[in-house]
Amino acid sequence: MAKEKTNYQKYEQKLEPKRPVLKNCIKAFIIGGLICVFGQLISTIYMYFFDFTEQTVGNPTVATLIFITMLLTGFGVYDKIAQFAGAGTAVPVTGFGNAVISAAIEHRTEGFVQGVGGNMFKLAGSVILFGVFSAFIIALIKTIFSYWS
Amino acid sequence: MVFLWSFIVGGIICVIGQLILDVAKLTPGHTLSILVVIGAILNGFGLYEPLIDFAGAGATVPITSFGNSLVHGALEEAEKHGLIGVITGMFEVTSSGISSAIIFGMIGALIFKPKG
Repeated sequence: MAKEKTNYQKYEQKLEPKRPVLKNCIKAFIIGGLICVFGQLISTIYMYFFDFTEQTVGNPTVATLIFITMLLTGFGVYDKIAQFAGAGTAVPVTGFGNAVISAAIEHRTEGFVQGVGGNMFKLAGSVILFGVFSAFIIALIKTIFSYWS
Repeated sequence: MVFLWSFIVGGIICVIGQLILDVAKLTPGHTLSILVVIGAILNGFGLYEPLIDFAGAGATVPITSFGNSLVHGALEEAEKHGLIGVITGMFEVTSSGISSAIIFGMIGALIFKPKG
């Protein structure tokens, strides 16, 4: 059984088209970088017109970016950019927003409680789970260490 | 100058994500989870704050900052209230990412119709 599986996997690997890793990385770098520059532009505006510091301006910037993501996702533009950019659109917080919002829109036909409510975090839930749990462990270790020293 | 650095640092974090996708052949869900954990660990060693000072949105916009601010909020609250603060302070700093995703997700579902 095990041997059969490895043979099949070898066969599968042979058939899989080679991924253009370098090209994908360049695309991800440029689009991801541009999203961050756009975020920086929003940050600069918030810091200039409102009382935000460099450390606190991340929050309103993220909220604004997710709002823009909602519009782009709703009009079906985000998917087209994502197809081109790969991780360039997935890694910025807009990718997290897109995962939540697209799931919410997609499942609205099943109703707002079972559909939207139940499926909203289908894709993004793992990010929250592992983020929170790893943060818990790290903060716990750091706090205990600070008690000792 | 901060615009240039945010482009470069943000771009590099995205390339790391692309490499996890293409070379390690993991799903986007795995990739984002790994990046969030990396962000949390970097904050644990006190390395993420300097990165934000240096690159601005290049460090706050990628999903790694989510892990960073979770740890940040937990530690801040733990300083004030002791060990229980690790749990109560978790979402103190990073609430905007999740709350805006939920709010705009709901608004999106109200306004837009699914395609296809």
